[in-house]
Amino acid sequence: MVPFQRFFEQHADAVWRYCSAAVGPSHADDVFQETFLAALRAYDRRRTSASPAAWIMAIAHNKAMDHHRSTGRRALPVAELPEIARADPEPVLDAGHWARVRTLPPKQRAALTLRYAADLSHAEVARALGCSEDAARRSAHEGLKTLRAELLP
Amino acid sequence: MTVIPPPPSDDAGLARATKRFLGAAAAEADVVYAELDSPVGPLVAAATTLGLARLAYRDHNGGLDVVLDTLAARLSPRIVEAPRRLDAVRRELDEYFAGARRSFGLPIDLALAGPFGREVLRACAQIPFGATSSYQAVAAAAGRPRASRATGNALGANPVPIVVPCHRVLRTGGGIGGYTGGLGIKEHLLGLEGVAL
Repeated sequence: MVPFQRFFEQHADAVWRYCSAAVGPSHADDVFQETFLAALRAYDRRRTSASPAAWIMAIAHNKAMDHHRSTGRRALPVAELPEIARADPEPVLDAGHWARVRTLPPKQRAALTLRYAADLSHAEVARALGCSEDAARRSAHEGLKTLRAELLP
Repeated sequence: MTVIPPPPSDDAGLARATKRFLGAAAAEADVVYAELDSPVGPLVAAATTLGLARLAYRDHNGGLDVVLDTLAARLSPRIVEAPRRLDAVRRELDEYFAGARRSFGLPIDLALAGPFGREVLRACAQIPFGATSSYQAVAAAAGRPRASRATGNALGANPVPIVVPCHRVLRTGGGIGGYTGGLGIKEHLLGLEGVAL
């Protein structure tokens, strides 16, 4: 099993992108922290045969869900837009997309975030979510369909 | 098919989050490590909650990744970099190399040594600064006077060289013997302690 430090360095970037997309830039830090602390605690019990990316993203996904539950989705994604625009004026459109992704139903939101922010394959998304690959594809497809209707009239 | 571009990269945010995480992780990991500079080359120091468990000559031991892989396999994979947790080790080594320290007060964890290895290292730790001993004498002090070859092996596998001064053990008759970091370093350490070879 690789030393945790190296595991962390290999996955920090993808987890950070996932967290930014899943809960927004102002809460990404907390979800990132909780994700890797949980991973460190469980690290020596991890099944080494499983995909490490799917394993860490499953934890990140659970922590993001906890976050959504605890905030009751009170934090309207739209409220975060000005902050993103200030930090990085160029990709406002991207940030806007992810703010809308965060308003999708949980399965669609999770499938899209894991696929396109964390860059997992559909098979890994399925493993992270504990569903079939078909179900992961279907959720991503439905999410994209909704977004297309809303964002690209 | 519409594909959503990933969120904008935010390296500063990731760097902040990384620093915050590693700070918290140091308290939860089984093994913490730091890379140190020294007059005898780069070192990797690693500690458990019990004390210093490894002081590796980084380049002589195959590089940082190899050192960490061995620690992961033999101690625990729950390893993180935590330079602050190794501050006392860094300070005592700096003092030793500056000629301002003759013995180490660091807690040591000999988890990487076997039962006989521990006896040998405990006996070796009794050799004072500037003095030398022989493999035979250390074997006797460890309780197995006829096991000088096994004693040599145990000293060669010393997980915490410098701090447990295996460089002070020479061949009977004055030959310099071997050393875990290469003979050049053994000579350097003995020279630092004023031992004439």
